[in-house]
Parts: sequence; C-alpha cells; structure tokens
Amino acid sequence: MAKRVGIEVSIAIAEAAKLARSEVIPAYPITPQTHIVEHLSEFVASGELDAEFIPVESEHAAMSCCCGSSAAGARTFTSSSSQGLSLMSEILYIPSTMRLPIVMVVANRALSAPISIWNDHQDIMVQRDIGWIQTFAENGQEAFDLTLHAFRVAEDRRVSLPMIVNIDGFTLSHVIEPIEILSQEEVDGYLPPFKPRYKLDPKKPITMGPVGIPEVYTEAKMAHSEAIKASKRVIIKAWQEFADMFGRQYNPVETYRCEDADVMLVTMGSISETAMTAVDKMREAGQQVGLVRIRLWRPFPSQEFRRAAGKAKVLAVIDRCLPPGAVCGPVGAELRSLFYKVPGSPKIFSFVAGLGGRDVTVERFEEIVDKARAYAKKRPRELFEVIGVREK
Amino acid sequence: MKEVRLHGRGGQGGVTSAELVAIAAIDEGKYAQAFPSFGPERRGAPVAAFIRVSDKVIRTREKVYHPDIVVVLDHSLPSLVNVAEGLKEDGIVILNTALSEDEVRKEFGLTCRLALVDANTIAAEVLGLPITNTTMLGALLKATGIVSKDALEEAMDRRFGRIAEKNKTAMHRAFDETVVTG
Amino acid sequence: MANTDAIVGWKTITFGCHVMEPGNSVNFRTGDWRSQRPVLDKEKCIKCGMCWIFCPDMAYTQTEEGYFEADMEYCKGCGICAHECPKDAIEMVTEEG
Repeated sequence: MAKRVGIEVSIAIAEAAKLARSEVIPAYPITPQTHIVEHLSEFVASGELDAEFIPVESEHAAMSCCCGSSAAGARTFTSSSSQGLSLMSEILYIPSTMRLPIVMVVANRALSAPISIWNDHQDIMVQRDIGWIQTFAENGQEAFDLTLHAFRVAEDRRVSLPMIVNIDGFTLSHVIEPIEILSQEEVDGYLPPFKPRYKLDPKKPITMGPVGIPEVYTEAKMAHSEAIKASKRVIIKAWQEFADMFGRQYNPVETYRCEDADVMLVTMGSISETAMTAVDKMREAGQQVGLVRIRLWRPFPSQEFRRAAGKAKVLAVIDRCLPPGAVCGPVGAELRSLFYKVPGSPKIFSFVAGLGGRDVTVERFEEIVDKARAYAKKRPRELFEVIGVREK
Repeated sequence: MKEVRLHGRGGQGGVTSAELVAIAAIDEGKYAQAFPSFGPERRGAPVAAFIRVSDKVIRTREKVYHPDIVVVLDHSLPSLVNVAEGLKEDGIVILNTALSEDEVRKEFGLTCRLALVDANTIAAEVLGLPITNTTMLGALLKATGIVSKDALEEAMDRRFGRIAEKNKTAMHRAFDETVVTG
Repeated sequence: MANTDAIVGWKTITFGCHVMEPGNSVNFRTGDWRSQRPVLDKEKCIKCGMCWIFCPDMAYTQTEEGYFEADMEYCKGCGICAHECPKDAIEMVTEEG
C-alpha cells in the first residue's frame, strides 16, 4: 500500500525511478539535481535497484549513453539541470526523432552569466523545441507521480518518445514535504515492462540514426512532429488511469477559481501554489481573479487551454525566462499565437518574474494582476515586462 | 500555519533539525515543509533553515518572511544577525545562551517573548560535542509544542539509529531546563 | 543512408527513420567512384591480410591461393590498402577512360 511520508522531493523522485525499475541510469551530478542521482547511485550500490548506474564524464556523455541504452531496449532514466542540460543540447534532439523513450527529470535552474544555481525556467526554455514531451510539476507529490507517468507515456508503443518532467530547482528539489510513496506492487500495476517497438539486437540487426538526405529529412521530422501531437491522447489516458488507480487526477491544464474571472494568472511549476494563495486573497477582496496552470508544455494542449482561459478578458502570464531581444516571453508568445485573431480572445501580457531564485510572493502576484488590468485599458508599448526589477 | 526560522552555522545541523520537525509533523498527519536557505553550503557561515507546519494543505512556495518562531542554535549568532527580523508580533525567539533573560534583553535588544536554554553545556555533557541542533529541539518543544515529543523521538530514531538515544537525552534535558519568558 | 532509392512520405517513412534491412550497403555499388585501382604484385605479397583488415569498404576477400583481392564492384580506389601494405606489394594504377 501507498505510504504517506515526510521526504525530500529529490529523494521521492529517486524512489519513483527505482519503483519504475529503471535499468540504466547514466548521469552527471549538478546542483540542484544532485540529490536525485546521488540517491539512485546509492540504491544501485546497495543492491536495492538492479540497474547499471553509469557515472559519465559529462552531461553530453550522459545523454549519449541514454540514447545507446534506450536503443538497446533498456528502461533509461537520467536527470540534469541548467548548464548541464545545455551541455546535452547537441544530443537532446536525437532520441526524440529516433523515438527513444528516455525519461529525464530536470531540476530547473537559471543559466550563467552571472553564475546562478537558483531556480527559474531559462534552462528548459532553451530546450523548448527538442521534441520531447514535457510536463511541469507543482509540488513534491506531483514530481513523484509525473515521473511514473513519464515512463508510462514515453514507453507506450503508440508514443515512443522521450519525456522530461520539470521540477523547480531548490523550491521543489530541496524541500521536505508529505508525499505518498506508492508500493512496488502498485507501480508494477501501473507501469508494464518496457517492450520497445524496435531495439538494437544482434540477432535482428537494424540501423538507427542514419543520414537523412534532403529527400527524407523533412518527412522524418514531420513524422516526429505528428507523433508528439498524437501523444496527447495517451498522456491524458495515462493520467486518467493513474487517477482511477491512485485517486490523484492530473490534466494538461488546470484551473483554480476561474469561474467568472476577468483576469487569469497563467503559471507553470511550483509558483502555482503561491499563486493559488494569492488568488484566494484577491478573491476575498472581491476581485474576479482566477489561475490557469499549464502542466503539459509539450505537446502544447491548445484545445484544453482555450477551453480553460478563453473566457477571460485578460491573461497575466508569468514567464520565468527573460529572452533578450525577443518580442515576448516564451509562454506569453505561445499563448499570443494560440489566440491570434480568435474572436473575443483575452488580452495577453507576459510578466517576467522569479529569475535566478528571486522569490515570487503573493504581493508580486497582486502587483501583476493590477498591472495586467491597467494595461488592458491602455495598450502598453512592450508585450512583456520584468517584474520586481530595481532601477537604481 | 506556524512558520519557523532556524539560525545556525553551516555544519551545526540546523537543516537536520528542520527536517526532523517536518517529518514528525507529517507522521502526525499534519502538513509540513522543511527547507534550507537555498544555495551553496558553507561550513561555519551563518545559515538558516525553515519549517512550516499546518493542519491544512500548505499552498505556498514563498520563503519564510514572518516567522512565528525563531530558533537560534549558536550562542554567538544574536550579536551577528538580527534573529528577530520579521518576527510576528506574538512570536517567540528561542536562544541557546548561558545568559539570563535580563542579560539577553540588554545585550541583544530583544523585546519579544523568549525561551532560553544553555544548550552548549547540555550538548557538551550529553553528546560530548558542541552540536546543539537536537538539544535545541527540546527547547522548541517546551516553548511551542509545534509537534509531539513522541513523533519527534520516532523521527530521531529513524534518522540517527544507534546515536539516537544520546540525542534524545539531550533533547529531554533541554526540555526540562528551558526557561520560557512571559 | 535512409531510403535513397525509395522516396517515401512522412506517413510511410520507417519508424524513427531506422533502416530496417541489415547489410544493405551491399546494394550501393561504389566501384564507379574509383579513379585508381589497386594492383597486387604476387612476388612481393606475403598474404598477411593487412589490406583485408584495413579496407574501409570490406571489398577484399581471400582467394583459394591465399592472396587477397579487391572486388571492383565496391573498391572506391582510396588507396588505404596500398598505404598499409608492409611489403609495398600493392600499387595504385590510374583507371583508363
């Protein structure tokens, strides 16, 4: 039976990867992901987990090893963060078009310079288009649950794509909180053994990763693009089954107190919880404010988002990434595209907040809602604004 | 919801104390968070750790700005950092000190409620080490009852194994010796 | 290379762009890339097989007499065999026409 325990979120994620019976774990430690792979290496060393733990020389090698082991048919898990994730970049595009269902937890962290080990979403926004399925966890329980869900979805033979679970570095990774840890029997009941559609097998040789000449490349990328779009049904179904088995329901987009809300905050990740508290406070003061949380970032759940937020007058989007020289923050830009020329669609403003570990407080959310209301009346010059930045 | 800030020095076990309290609260069926001051760990430098305990689901990821309770593990810290910073009006500061209440108020300018215990002496006598984290948990229990003694002892048993007994003894002694002011 | 002779659509392209047929490089006759051919001097040859080991296209096979011979359907004329031969028994000769 599942057991509710006080546990550090990183350790709970390591437990999830263990309960999923990961077979190969190539990983390189980096703050704030370290505790995840550290605990997995301990599980392997103590014999609690029968897996190969490969202490590689870099994240580039980690992801290369992941490609090899997944291609050979092994259930493969890794984890990274920030600069380490960036060092993986060259490899990250490969397993997705090659349809290798690697599962990776990314403890989101800022990118240098200046050096920052603290939380924001710049590391993963760099990797927005790698063609992996991507989810964002709001709390420790979700980090545990989404890790199991990731194996289930990634390895589904209709999907067969790699998957990233994003958890906020420190804000989630280093917090001890109550998490219901499922038993081995329960996880086994949810997650069948990995049976890849194709694998590297000397008895039945195939070639993976050949050259794609101009006559083939577009078709290969199109096939990948359609596969990730089609994966949404499996993602939702796997969440539904999770809810049926364990009672916790997850959806691609979640709303909080959105009934009759004219302004809706839009968040991803752990700041959603603080945003809920902010919404409660503003509701108490009589404001019609709601919250929309994006859990599934890739494939982007367009229909679900339109359904959730289409009736708002104003969307105040929190972007945890400052893209210099861009028109808008990445989440804001996505939503602007989604609603472009849709009749009666909300006005959308992007607020860059919570960079490099800067706290996003209830007061900040109130400020953001006030500003979004004001901008809706008078079109601002810029489509995004950095919140809480000191001038002098 | 009760919010706690622990002041210590890197290596003194402040984070472990926070963990033990949160785990004990969760074992009792409550909701809790424990987290360090995020960042690189530096032995000897003044550091903080935080706890939230609540009967309801905790929906915030903010840092702790206005603690109900402050625990100071190191006797030398109140002269270095403002341990009462952001403390709620009816909040309490729990100090490891050999000084009397009057001396503490005069020396550190603290006007809030106080709980005082000479944890250095207890730790030296019971543990043989100047590590006061578990000792100060006794003072925290006496002053606030934020978790039950039983739950905390269980968490210590699991965490410390064969050295749990000594730590529990230190905690009990601090519980008995802590003076809570009005 | 993936599907050079069969131009396929995205719905019919192989899963993950894998090449499902093993050893299909035999279909690519690279002999017509050649501008020079290796010619063996059997007087000097000691049948050590270095040419066979180093040939990047696996064009060499051993004859019944024990000598190694390159298959001209696949030999690209790269000259590696001549370079590696410890007895200088292979000479690269320019192809005519």
